[in-house]
Amino acid sequence: MSGMAATDTLSKSALSLKVIIPKLEAVAIPLFAVIFGFAVFSLFLIVIGKSPSDFFSLVYKAGFSTGFSWQNTLSRAAPLLLAALCVALPAKLGLVVIGGEGAIALGGLTAGALGPHLSSLPYPVSLPILFIASAMVGGAWIGTVGLLRIKRGVNETIASLLMAYIAIALMNHFIESVFRDPASLNKPSTLPFAEAMRIGDMPIGISVHWGLFAGIIACILSWILIEKTTLGFAARIAGSNIRAAQVQGLPVGKLVIGFTALGGAFAGIAGFYEVAAVHGSANASLIAGYGYTGILIAFLARHNALAIIPVTILLAGFEASSGLIQRRMDLPDATILVFEGMVFVAILLSETLYGRFKIFSTNYWSKIS
Amino acid sequence: MTEKKLSRRTFLANSALAAGATALATAGMTGFASAAGLTVGFIYVGPKDDFGYNQSHAEGAAAVKEMAGVTVIEEENVPETVDVQNTMESMINFDGAKLLFPTSFGYFSPHIQEVAPKHEDVRFQHAGGLWNSETDPKNVGSYFGYISMGQYLNGIVAGHASKSKKIGFVAAKPIPQVLQNINTFLLGARQVDPTITCQVIFTGEWSLAVKEAEATNALIDQGCDVITCHVDGPKVVVETAAGRGAYVCGYHANQSPLAPEQYLTGAEWNWAAIYTSMVKTVQDGGTIDNFVRGGLAEGFIKMSPLGPSVSDAARAQFETVKAEIMKGGFAAYKGPLKDNNGNVILNEGESFVETDVALESMNYLVEGVIGSIG
Repeated sequence: MSGMAATDTLSKSALSLKVIIPKLEAVAIPLFAVIFGFAVFSLFLIVIGKSPSDFFSLVYKAGFSTGFSWQNTLSRAAPLLLAALCVALPAKLGLVVIGGEGAIALGGLTAGALGPHLSSLPYPVSLPILFIASAMVGGAWIGTVGLLRIKRGVNETIASLLMAYIAIALMNHFIESVFRDPASLNKPSTLPFAEAMRIGDMPIGISVHWGLFAGIIACILSWILIEKTTLGFAARIAGSNIRAAQVQGLPVGKLVIGFTALGGAFAGIAGFYEVAAVHGSANASLIAGYGYTGILIAFLARHNALAIIPVTILLAGFEASSGLIQRRMDLPDATILVFEGMVFVAILLSETLYGRFKIFSTNYWSKIS
Repeated sequence: MTEKKLSRRTFLANSALAAGATALATAGMTGFASAAGLTVGFIYVGPKDDFGYNQSHAEGAAAVKEMAGVTVIEEENVPETVDVQNTMESMINFDGAKLLFPTSFGYFSPHIQEVAPKHEDVRFQHAGGLWNSETDPKNVGSYFGYISMGQYLNGIVAGHASKSKKIGFVAAKPIPQVLQNINTFLLGARQVDPTITCQVIFTGEWSLAVKEAEATNALIDQGCDVITCHVDGPKVVVETAAGRGAYVCGYHANQSPLAPEQYLTGAEWNWAAIYTSMVKTVQDGGTIDNFVRGGLAEGFIKMSPLGPSVSDAARAQFETVKAEIMKGGFAAYKGPLKDNNGNVILNEGESFVETDVALESMNYLVEGVIGSIG
């Protein structure tokens, strides 16, 4: 009796292992890659005579230990979540869009230019108008990249990057001319937002604005769109084999334009929050490289919209620690960039490991049970 | 083969895990052993060895480091975003900083305005002269110097050195501070020869090395033989100009090591003097004035030592005018003066002294400057 019960439990547990372990591959390999990146960076630190344990403890302390550390990390995360989606969504269709910075600039410019003229409206009306306007401008900008790709066969990577330069130049031009607040003498800016229209902090005890909430919601909605809707399914088909998708009669052109536009809309919203929650007006400080960090995050998350959330928080925590690393370890500010670069390369290299380990194959566990 | 590779990787992963675990274990113990006394934080928008704006402040920080009873902490390349808010709070929370020098102009609004009210026991000193007694927190101070007087002296030396009677200016943005520097540079040169013209090229950004090099080359191609600039880091301009055989006048910091033969002189910030005196005031329990400004006379700015190419005539006029400026209340802008579109700025007998507020909203280039701000 007891023997039979034992066999029964064994086969049950083997069955569950069969289901669970193959799924773990998607977690285990990136985790291994991150740890490998940490190890290589530790060697780098040892070579230049610095202590890796000091480094990692400072990263933990500055990014994740206290309430303030979390504030530091999460306040950096808000624009990055949205910027990463601008890369991850087109990537589902096999497009590499790297010009989210341009949509952030124009989204911010839109909010900065319109905002002061809406101060007579109550903020539950004016803020949604600005939100939508910024999203539309950002969406139109990156959507144009998709349109050029479909209609003219223009490479979307180059187009989006070059258009980002144009967007930044346009933003600077308008801020320094028609939309300039005459009082902003030495730092050209748009007119300041009325205090009532400024977006405040979320009620979580630390100073983090609502952009973080919007970013997380955007990631969740994007995940649902991609994984749970027929539209997302069609996009994934088109992304893996565009010819097959066309043969099946899928509207590839509309999907490309739609997904690039949606990605651009999210980046535009990032610009909206930077203006309405952080700066209070649009000026050159909007160009802080969020669009480019977003590329790194989207690739690290393997373009999975849900994975963007933890990856962003991790990366934001790394960046939050940059200051303390400079001050305590007397290392240059580029240290964190080198560190992020090593982790990034490790993750990219780890792509070749998928399917190579027997332990993660369903067959392996079928045989055992 | 695969097995072997795997085991090597596993080994590495394990050692990294071990390192990580040690790191976590020691996390609580690596607290910053701040010496008793005052902790002062300096924050720069660019690299602190940029031969420019940031270096000038870092030299000030280095002087503060020499003071007894002071711990200096620094952070470079901090953008004018929520990043600088976090950096300020990090210096306060983790390092116990009681005096902060966030040195970039763009750190003030809204970042210092946002953070300062949360930390009333911390003093925030901002370079830029923006503090408003009615709306801004009392624990914030603002200071700035009349550095365009230094460009006036640059202009005098440039006027003597120029053979083509054309001098050039590489400028970041057409904002009042930059326009003042361009105008005084030419007005100085015109004290030597009223036919001298100054060509200006705006790059549109505070730090954009490629455009700065292109602008410098373009100016020299147009015949300019003395170049100066107002960008965050003049290194590229100085090296490019000297490489082409032109003379250069420096800005922000001393760039003579970059071009020992070609460097004439330069308008430098003198933050070492200002910062040490501000820190001393706080150490002695005093309060720094919320709004401080000064020029050459007050020790806010200084000139680089004159280079080997400066003629005796130039040296003599430079010293005479410098002595005039040191008396205070010097007027570089004297009527009759027109802008380069022919509009009258000053009539005969009128003038702007260095402290005149009218200069702070300057929106014109004076007659003789070739270029446009529109």
